[in-house]
Amino acid sequence: MSKLFTALPSLQFRLMPEDASSISGRVDALYYFLVAVSTFFAGLIFVLVLYFALRYRHRPEVQQPATSHTGNLKLEITWIVIPFVLVMIMFGWGAKLFVEMRTMPPDALEVFVVGKQWMWKLQHPNGRREINELHVPVGRPVMLRMISEDVIHSFYVPAFRMKQDVLPGYYTTAWFEAQKTGRYHLFCAEYCGTEHSSMIGQVIVMEQEDYQRWLAGGDTERSVIELGQELFTGKGSCRTCHSPDSGPRGPDLTGLYGTTVHLQDGRKVTADENYLRESILRPGNKIVFGYESLMPPYEGQLSEEEVLQLIAYIKTLGGTEAAPGSPATRPAREPPTTAPAAMQPTSPSTQPAGARR
Amino acid sequence: MTTIPIDEPRIEQHSNYLTNGYSVKSWLLTTDHKRIALLYLITITLFFFLGGAFAVLIRLDLMTPAGDLMRDETYNKMFTMHGIIMVFFFLIPAVPAVLGNFLIPLMIGARDLAFPRINLLSWYVFVIGGLFTLASVASGGVDTGWTFYTPYSSTYANTHVVLAALGVFITGFSSILTGLNFIVTVHTMRAPGMTWFRLPLFVWANYATSLIMILGTPVLAVTIVLVAIERIFGVGIFDPKLGGDPLLFQHLFWFYSHPAVYIMILPSMGVISELVTCFSRKRIFGYGFVAVSSLLIAVYGFLVWGHHMFVSGQSVYAGMIFSFLSFFVAIPSAIKVFNWTATLYKGSISYQTPMLYVFGFIGLFAIGGLTGLFLATLAVDVHVHDTYFIVAHFHYIMVGGVVMGYLGGIHFWWPKITGRMYPEGWAKLAALIIFVGFNLTFFPQFLLGYLGMPRRYHVYPEEFQILNVMSSAGASILGVGYLLPLVYLFWSLRWGPAAGPNPWAAAGLEWQTSSPPPTENFEKIPIVTQEAYAYSEGSGFPVSPEADYKEGGSPVVHS
Ligand code: HEC
Ligand SMILES: [Cu+2]
Ligand SMILES: [Cu+2]
Repeated sequence: MSKLFTALPSLQFRLMPEDASSISGRVDALYYFLVAVSTFFAGLIFVLVLYFALRYRHRPEVQQPATSHTGNLKLEITWIVIPFVLVMIMFGWGAKLFVEMRTMPPDALEVFVVGKQWMWKLQHPNGRREINELHVPVGRPVMLRMISEDVIHSFYVPAFRMKQDVLPGYYTTAWFEAQKTGRYHLFCAEYCGTEHSSMIGQVIVMEQEDYQRWLAGGDTERSVIELGQELFTGKGSCRTCHSPDSGPRGPDLTGLYGTTVHLQDGRKVTADENYLRESILRPGNKIVFGYESLMPPYEGQLSEEEVLQLIAYIKTLGGTEAAPGSPATRPAREPPTTAPAAMQPTSPSTQPAGARR
Repeated sequence: MTTIPIDEPRIEQHSNYLTNGYSVKSWLLTTDHKRIALLYLITITLFFFLGGAFAVLIRLDLMTPAGDLMRDETYNKMFTMHGIIMVFFFLIPAVPAVLGNFLIPLMIGARDLAFPRINLLSWYVFVIGGLFTLASVASGGVDTGWTFYTPYSSTYANTHVVLAALGVFITGFSSILTGLNFIVTVHTMRAPGMTWFRLPLFVWANYATSLIMILGTPVLAVTIVLVAIERIFGVGIFDPKLGGDPLLFQHLFWFYSHPAVYIMILPSMGVISELVTCFSRKRIFGYGFVAVSSLLIAVYGFLVWGHHMFVSGQSVYAGMIFSFLSFFVAIPSAIKVFNWTATLYKGSISYQTPMLYVFGFIGLFAIGGLTGLFLATLAVDVHVHDTYFIVAHFHYIMVGGVVMGYLGGIHFWWPKITGRMYPEGWAKLAALIIFVGFNLTFFPQFLLGYLGMPRRYHVYPEEFQILNVMSSAGASILGVGYLLPLVYLFWSLRWGPAAGPNPWAAAGLEWQTSSPPPTENFEKIPIVTQEAYAYSEGSGFPVSPEADYKEGGSPVVHS
């Protein structure tokens, strides 16, 4: 018990969390609106109940006047319509802000996040890694590409009003733009087992120059893309089957990212990060039209970090990386109607973007 | 106490469902809906206090930021067992299986439910499910959270998931059987003259609940089986490492578990409709709206499950659709609250204990419902999802709403069930303590949630301590509030004054028969000639147990 009282913090009592991102103030504004509407209605109900309870309390000596208040259509309609209008405002406001939260800004710094029981592993574009800490520059959008090695986690930074579940087997993304330097809590918000409440860390928001200095301070030698290239030609030996002249051994990956891929079974898929990941780890799931299922599955051979690096490298092939947010809007390639001979790769430079093979 | 004769003549005189056999067998093999209701009452009360004990340990542990009381594993088991027991073994059965079982035949003028033996079977199924769950507790517990999220539950957890899941699975069938029984009973066994729109709103509410039970529970059952299959046989369903989809589980789980919220709250809303009319001596305001809103909630509840998944990786469009639909569910709930409030207008209101629970229910449910709007609002939910804000919100609905309604109902019908009155002073005190304790426990959790404290954290940053200590202090008050009724209701069984058939001068059919009712409920099946809640205008309010129950205005003519 004595421990309890000595542990009481210096009565720093606050009602609102720190407001440190480009979105946090706007979430708070919506929150205040909701608080105001709720307080009004809760207050209205409390006051009415209290007033009626006292005003119409049972008095043995007074005969209550006969009443027949058993319904009133106008009243019913009123208290259906008014709440309806209010909740539609809430919906619209919340949805608009949500869409902004989920629309990745084009110039964002991309940081890889790999969650596992019970730690966060992060990697910056220049290759610098960190654990349970995320250093970011102030005033610059940061995009997180996240995946879990085991169960579902959730990346939560209350000061940024930002949260996104981190799933195994599937990339999720989130972004924020910090606007105040400082250190902020990073929590895992999705229950993930024994040490869930220790899966915490800090986001450290720094001035631009400090961030650059910090980036350079690591013992990093290669950027994420260079690491990916190394895997592609080295350990992964992807190059033996994936090069402009690999022929039937495997499709050329140049310019692949963001295009529509035709599959053996007739489906069409967009070559986004999740497709690339699946193609590497479980190539058998989606076989490209015109090719044999020759590619070995890399599941268990490559770590999540390595897959992320490979994808980062593949995205640089053919330079469609400029529009990561809009892969689906790219022109689809012609459906392959001719024999596989026509599928032979041609020089990518002579083809319009997104029109390989 | 000692002045009251030990043998109450009015109760022992004529035989009733309690005196109809004293052997253990006469209870364990009974097909009397009233006795089965009491079997349920005893069972869920045990579960309630077991679940409550886990809550006490949780709140004790959260007094310090370091979580000094227990280890991580232990804490995780505590909140899991608390959740599983409270949701599946208390909140879901509480009002329907106890009060519904006891009252529906009485309220519609029937001698029993349509399938008395299935009713008994459902209790046994419930107990067997409960035993499985208790076995999982005894053998070391589960740590998946009551939500059993995959792939943690299906692959990674190394606690007794299958045993606990099996318990929940089996119990589900008890819900299905009860729901089926209620629906058939309401359709086929209403007394002559008891038209649909003369049904008490409690019956409407249980009818709507039963629909959800039989439509939703099978989905939960299948989901649980799938988890077990993946866990035992390693078949890839939810775990991506085995080729499964982890979000599939969440869709299936919430497809049941959002409607399950209404399984819990609708019957309590039905209780409130009965109580508010009786203690303001008025017909319910907007009967049709209140009745139909129950059905709307039941149907609508199946369309909004995705609001639990706004940050799960579900698409932006899905998020928007589910947010939009979720706001609609707010409307029927609002209709109910406004109609109860309007019922008070120009009534003749007295503050007996059940009415105090009505006031408590309206206040707490209003807060619970309004904070639900925060969670339906996409951008705000991103921040408060999986924080203490959610914990506070659903406790306001589940504990503030369901438990308040349940306790109000237990007090209201206690004289009918037992033939005895409870001590009014103590009961009022307990209601007050519960209300204060509840708010002190859970209101700080809204603040904690918006500040960003995630749920299921047993170690937390120091700046959250003050609010956590407040919450734990409130919980200790709440605990006292819950223990009091246990004591005085027991006491009243022996020493409470005889209640008489209709101590509240209430209008329902159940008050037209003696207390406790005879085994066959009514000497003659009543013929109903009036709508429910036919409280005569300006009637006085006899509160003494001796009062003539006819005074309240009789909706019934005995044939
Ligand atoms: C043995 C040859 C071989 C090796 C080695 C190989 N692949 Fe493949 N890969 C293929 C073939 C054949 C296909 C097309 C059939 C299919 O989809 O499975 C393919 C398809 C792909 C695709 C989908 C291409 C598209 O157009 O949609 C990607 C991406 C890919 N591989 C990446 C890799 C990476 C990265 C590596 C190294 C880690 C790798 N591959 C190693 C043979 C190979
Ligand atoms: Cu976690
Ligand atoms: Cu829900």
